Amino acid sequence: METVHVKQKKIEKDTIMKITGAEAIIHCLLAEDVELVYGYPGGAIMPVYDEFYKFQDKLTHILTRHEQGATHAAQGYARVSGRVGVAIATSGPGATNLVTGLADAQIDSTPMVCLTGQVPRHLLGSDAFQETDIIGISTPVTKWNYQITKASEIPEVMAKAFYIAKSGRPGPVLIDITKNAQFEEFEFSYKKCKGVRSYKPVPKPNMETLEKAAELINNAKKPFIVWGQGVILGEAEEELISVVEKAGIPAAWTIMGESAIPTSHPLNVGMVGMHGNYGPNMLTNECDVLIAIGMRFDDRVTGKLDEYAQQAKVIHFEIDPAEINKNVTADVPVLGNSKETLGLLLPLLKNNTHEGWRDEFRKKYEIEFETVIKNDIHPTKDKLTMGEVIEEINLASKNKAVIVTDVGQHQMIACRYAKFEQSKSNITSGGLGTMGFALPAAIGAKQGAMDREVVAIIGDGGYQMTIQELGVIFQHQIPVKIVVLNNDHLGMVRQWQELFFDKRYASTVMVNPDFVKIAEGYHIESKRVSERKDLKSTIQEMIASDKPYFLEVKVEKEDNVFPMIPSGAAVSDIRLK
Amino acid sequence: MEKQWFTISVYSENNVGLLNRISGIFLKRHINIESLNVSKSEIDEVSKFTIVVLTTEKWVHNIVGQIEKQIEVIKAFYHTDEETIYQESALFKIESALLFDERQIQNIIKESNSQIVTVAREFFVLAKSGRRHEIDEMHDLLKPFGIMQFVRSGRISVTKSEMQITALLEEFQHN
Ligand SMILES: Cc1ncc(C[n+]2csc(CCOP(=O)(O)OP(=O)(O)O)c2C)c(N)n1
Ligand SMILES: [Mg+2]
Repeated sequence: METVHVKQKKIEKDTIMKITGAEAIIHCLLAEDVELVYGYPGGAIMPVYDEFYKFQDKLTHILTRHEQGATHAAQGYARVSGRVGVAIATSGPGATNLVTGLADAQIDSTPMVCLTGQVPRHLLGSDAFQETDIIGISTPVTKWNYQITKASEIPEVMAKAFYIAKSGRPGPVLIDITKNAQFEEFEFSYKKCKGVRSYKPVPKPNMETLEKAAELINNAKKPFIVWGQGVILGEAEEELISVVEKAGIPAAWTIMGESAIPTSHPLNVGMVGMHGNYGPNMLTNECDVLIAIGMRFDDRVTGKLDEYAQQAKVIHFEIDPAEINKNVTADVPVLGNSKETLGLLLPLLKNNTHEGWRDEFRKKYEIEFETVIKNDIHPTKDKLTMGEVIEEINLASKNKAVIVTDVGQHQMIACRYAKFEQSKSNITSGGLGTMGFALPAAIGAKQGAMDREVVAIIGDGGYQMTIQELGVIFQHQIPVKIVVLNNDHLGMVRQWQELFFDKRYASTVMVNPDFVKIAEGYHIESKRVSERKDLKSTIQEMIASDKPYFLEVKVEKEDNVFPMIPSGAAVSDIRLK
Repeated sequence: MEKQWFTISVYSENNVGLLNRISGIFLKRHINIESLNVSKSEIDEVSKFTIVVLTTEKWVHNIVGQIEKQIEVIKAFYHTDEETIYQESALFKIESALLFDERQIQNIIKESNSQIVTVAREFFVLAKSGRRHEIDEMHDLLKPFGIMQFVRSGRISVTKSEMQITALLEEFQHN
């Protein structure tokens, strides 16, 4: 690529100089240590793109092939690195294409800043070309949003945007910038935001409630921990492990919390929720103290609410006061950052082992292993299963890969069977269930953790929702491994049709293209595996490659994911088949 | 849980987009806003939203949590009618001739404790503050004579107990 030499005005902290709004935006991004932004240009954001051009040696802009891809890439980057992901788009259709990613980041608490161009201030409200009320549209799906109409607002608003996105319970922020503000010159100086008067990101822990929590836990016969992403976002993994080990408490995770504790940890008893493990779901309704940590009792986790852990005292560790008593009433709410609250809890806990209680999880696991797991990961039938593919990836990557999943059966299977040793390794669209998430998110995940193996597990349906991002992988040679588990169906919907709609497969049979050829069209090394004998070696080859790699695995078309809590049923009504 | 009337008081920074954010919280839950009033508050540059809803305590608790979570919201409270002093205001525009022709109208004005705001050749305007039912009663009494225009404001209210916003703001500033 041609390099450009632009005379660069030296900028030091707090020094004053006159620059355009567009250039100011770059300096704000640099001041926030942003190295990478994902986006797509257009009329209303062109002044900023002109600055990207000038600053390309300091700030990398990745042109995704759709703005939705930019948001998911930013999310993948944020989730794996713990930093704020940045996506940028033009006004109108560019801005509306961000909405799915914003909603996804909002419900999964992902720190992201989205910047959109907007028509010049004097045209606002005139239905100008590519004018859309993105502030109005994005309000319900952002933690905060703001429209800048004067260049002088840029530094303060940008600083606030990064602060709000990252602090407390993280979330997406959208900043809409009118074109005149990008052109205007003003005296720039930047100060990082340290606080917003009306916003209290982290509640102070209360020792009294912590003591109550400790007392309940110390007296419990059958304590059970369910942790969520709050542990990962709060970087409280070590504190959680210490609590779990000291008090000998079996601990299960929600899909968003996976990988916070290594899969192999003896007290990690698996996943809760609709397709979670048998033991954790069944025993939710037998424990005497339920300790929820950084999770929000989503309906996919709780099943029928009035039959959820009714027998148990509930302790809820949570950073967001609005989550307390929202779905499940907490006997002891413990507000605060999980790292801090778990750290304070630890010395109050007595050593314990709860051997008998832990045995119950083991027994349930054996039942699940015999009826479900064995057939999923060591199948005896001819056709390949999704489970055995995941198992081979575990083996080839030595459980060290970041697994990025899309939405559907393959997602549930991947989350059930992928093994992790390191936190921030399971990247999935949990709350929104956004098909099309995985491919762009894998790009972001790889760029956020270049030293790690990143494997995307995607269904044949969802793959085609953002397949164009292969262009990014090819152009920048981003060495992600893409595995499409092709069952020629919108499998998860087909499963529901089989179980609850008398097998009327309305619009769930996929007529698919030649995925290998498509990847080849992007000059990405590609393979298809249809038989078991080729699976292991191909996956080994894929993991060994230091380039992008596409693998399509033809799997059984009509497999179902079990166990399953039918929607509306109680967790203890979980079905094994 | 029983539905009852709650007054939600929201102290916030002045912000254009906030009303949209707040109303979205109700919309999403299909909870009707019975009345809404936005005004300045006892603190400089802090606005106050007064929102009246008919719902259960569980929902009002949930909603107040969601409102308070919005970045520009300093604090939100909810109270029952018993815990607040509250009023609404109404204006009645009535044909001037009636003031002289209908003796009854003068009695209504006196007994309802309302004020004549203005008298013009064609019409006069009555203002009445009070509880919703008092305004409704006055409306019912005047209706047979003909009301040219009628409008009633949202509820405004203050709580019997203290709202420690100033202390909160100070605490925020120290954080
Ligand atoms: C954007 C979007 N549209 C629709 C759905 C509903 N949905 C959930 S899973 C699923 C099927 C996914 O099919 P595929 O990607 O092939 O994965 P599989 O279940 O077969 O593994 C659908 C349509 C969704 N989650 N997201
Ligand atoms: Mg499929």
